[in-house]
Amino acid sequence: MSDSVIAADGRPLKASLNRALRRQKLRALALIAPLLIFILVSFVMPIADMLFRSVENEIVENTLPRTVTALEGWDSSSDQVPGEEVFEALYTDLAIAVEYKSHTRLGSRLNYEATGISSLFRKSGRRVKKFDTDIYAEVFAAADPAYADPGQWAAWMSDDTVRAQLPVTTSAYDDWAQMIIDTDGDIPAEETPWNFVYTALFQDAAAGASLPIAVDVSTVEPVSLRAEFGDLDDKWLDPEVWQTIKIYSPKFTNGYFLNSVDLMKGPEGVESRPENQQIYIKLFVRTLIMSLSIMGMCVLLGYPIAWLLANLKARTANLLMILVLLPFWTSLLVRTSAWKVLLQQQGVINDTLVWIGIVADDNRLELINNQTGTIIAMTHILLPFMILPLYSVMKTIPPSYLRAAKSLGATDWTAFWRVYFPQSVPGIGAGCILVFILSIGYYITPELVGGTKGVFISNRIAYHISSSLNWGLAAALGTILLAIVMALYWAYDKIVGIDNVKLGG
Amino acid sequence: MKVTMKLMATSCLTLTAAMAQADGHMANEMTIVSWGGAYSASQQGAYHDPYTEKTGVTIINDESSAEAVAKLRAMNEAGNVTWDVVDVVASDAIRLCDEGLAMEIDPDEMLADGHDGSKASEDFGDLLVSDCFIPQIVYSTTVGYRTDLVGDTPPTEICALFDTETYPGKRSLEKRPINNMEWALLCDGVAKDDVYDVLETEEGQAQAFAKLDTIKDDTIWWSAGADTPQLLADGEVIMGSTYNGRLFALIEEEKQPVAMLWDAQVFDLDGWIIPTGLSDERKARALDYIMFATDTQRLADQAKYISYGPARKSSAPLVGKHATLGIDMAPHMPTDPENAKNTFLYNYSWWADYRDDLDAKFQAWLSK
Repeated sequence: MSDSVIAADGRPLKASLNRALRRQKLRALALIAPLLIFILVSFVMPIADMLFRSVENEIVENTLPRTVTALEGWDSSSDQVPGEEVFEALYTDLAIAVEYKSHTRLGSRLNYEATGISSLFRKSGRRVKKFDTDIYAEVFAAADPAYADPGQWAAWMSDDTVRAQLPVTTSAYDDWAQMIIDTDGDIPAEETPWNFVYTALFQDAAAGASLPIAVDVSTVEPVSLRAEFGDLDDKWLDPEVWQTIKIYSPKFTNGYFLNSVDLMKGPEGVESRPENQQIYIKLFVRTLIMSLSIMGMCVLLGYPIAWLLANLKARTANLLMILVLLPFWTSLLVRTSAWKVLLQQQGVINDTLVWIGIVADDNRLELINNQTGTIIAMTHILLPFMILPLYSVMKTIPPSYLRAAKSLGATDWTAFWRVYFPQSVPGIGAGCILVFILSIGYYITPELVGGTKGVFISNRIAYHISSSLNWGLAAALGTILLAIVMALYWAYDKIVGIDNVKLGG
Repeated sequence: MKVTMKLMATSCLTLTAAMAQADGHMANEMTIVSWGGAYSASQQGAYHDPYTEKTGVTIINDESSAEAVAKLRAMNEAGNVTWDVVDVVASDAIRLCDEGLAMEIDPDEMLADGHDGSKASEDFGDLLVSDCFIPQIVYSTTVGYRTDLVGDTPPTEICALFDTETYPGKRSLEKRPINNMEWALLCDGVAKDDVYDVLETEEGQAQAFAKLDTIKDDTIWWSAGADTPQLLADGEVIMGSTYNGRLFALIEEEKQPVAMLWDAQVFDLDGWIIPTGLSDERKARALDYIMFATDTQRLADQAKYISYGPARKSSAPLVGKHATLGIDMAPHMPTDPENAKNTFLYNYSWWADYRDDLDAKFQAWLSK
């Protein structure tokens, strides 16, 4: 029956209505599209990119592809140093990485996990070209001059049967050819391959591959690359270095997240960090507790002021409002520095207290460079964010309600607590969310007045972004912070209800 | 219709003209990044102004050196490096070089010979601590103390920092392990040559932290170079570490009752790097600037404005008087023989390895 209802244009009414609705939705979408695209491009995407860094770990595999493959067969929980084949792979990888200058970058990446790898890679990069592997090039060139001919090499390496015969050489030659094009702009067919390509050729030959021109390599004493690396630095013979490389060889890692909750990856799985390095959990907890205290202080101080603002005569209220907003318009750094002058031991407050005689001159109060300093300065800075939503909510509560309550026999307190206060709760909720979320991510004020015990997790994030360059760890810490804020927001919604929040009227 | 055409033509012309002008402007401009404040002012006087006069190139100052490594990495990832020459401390230069963000420099090819005819590589000598780094000045982190608050026996050696009995009161130290760990070990009886060997071991680190524990409650930890001078001026601390140039300004320019304790001053270097990824034209201009700004005379000129020692050996004899105060600058240089009786050289490669590890431990120790 319902199908038979027809619109004016002869279509079924339902379809016609749907179509109209869809068109309206599209138009609405088109109207907000510029904003949507802007937010997506300038806000969501950079944040997503930054958060992605907390798990991204391609650098190891990109820089040392052969080594990563060769290490697959090595048991990282054994205390044995990997075998010759891993060192052969490392030699080729490192020789190529040095030309791209990516080995030092990998070194600083792995140094976050094991101290000393940074200089190990830097030093190895300088010395890897001076290994004794130059004898291979001489052996082959002496056996047949064709092996020293760049054109001949290029011809072999474009011949599929030769390539299939010599897998190690092919892979080394291809990367070498790409490398000299990328770094020097040379043509591979005009350059003699480097030592590591001959080393690869020797490895193929020693493994029994048939060479394009037969060479007897059985009489050649092979150069032990393991010994060469060991001579370069005995850290290469330390299983711990290899465990680190192996643990961090997958493309994605949870290492940064583990690090940001004071854990770490060991050869036998996740383990706790040594106690003298544990800091992040403590900082997260401290950040939360201090943000809550700041929020509480803001409610205590802001509520009476907002009440005054809402209930005084318009002229006086405006004047008060300017006083609330004035610091809001002053630079944050100026306000924070002003607190330094006020709070320090030789500062205004201590001087006054000593002058009055409340505090002894040799026992001045420590009000700054600790948690007290951070709480005082941040409460002052964030107070307007509490007062303004409170004020705008209180402004809408009719004064006649209080009068009515009193005329029905309520005491002042009952009238306030049972009638006025419940109506101002949405303002408190809005103010608390604003202040809490702002303070949890605050950075500059704790840095300046927080000393050592009044700094937040965001100060460590800033340190890892701008000083230690451990962006992965910074991203992991940031992600956790974001998750905590969202979880608290969700809890707030469940317990109080987000509809109960009002920023105004 | 005609009006529209005319309008369009005019706006096209204006646009082309504007672009041409922007191009021409670009060709004569370079962005130099430095630390700001008195330091940038000294570079302006010694390098930028003479260079602009000589070549007509306008120099734009950017005061981002403190975040230079992070910003350069971000610029490099975005493929748009807007800086031409960057002033960084040596340890940052090493990291930029490691990350492939700074260009390698051949000193003998790209830098001017010394005044005395020596090759640049010899003139700078050991100070060329990285392949990408062109040293400019030697500065030191040293201790200043309030002359009116230390009694009749002013401190003469670094261990006064740890002597809270003779010198009660607060101290200020930098909020990082570098320098503090070394000083702690020196004052705990470790010989100067053994400091880094000891610091490599867990026991050595524990020893340094134990020594620092003795003054932990008396220490204000600073993170900006201006903090210690301010704390000293306010009388908040009786002694504190900072850069020697900051103390010079506090003592000589602001006439505060402060004196310097040169003992065990830690030498560090500051200098230039050129970012990778510049166009050929910009690279050539950056190299031309570097060649000019790091010659013997120019390096000596910088000491007229700030009390940091020139990095070239050949510049030392040319150091003259302060540009406005008119006092002899040589005795205020960290490298002056009288001041450099007992010095400590920051071990760059050691810290490049141990920085992450020790920093984590240091922060954990601080928050205990």
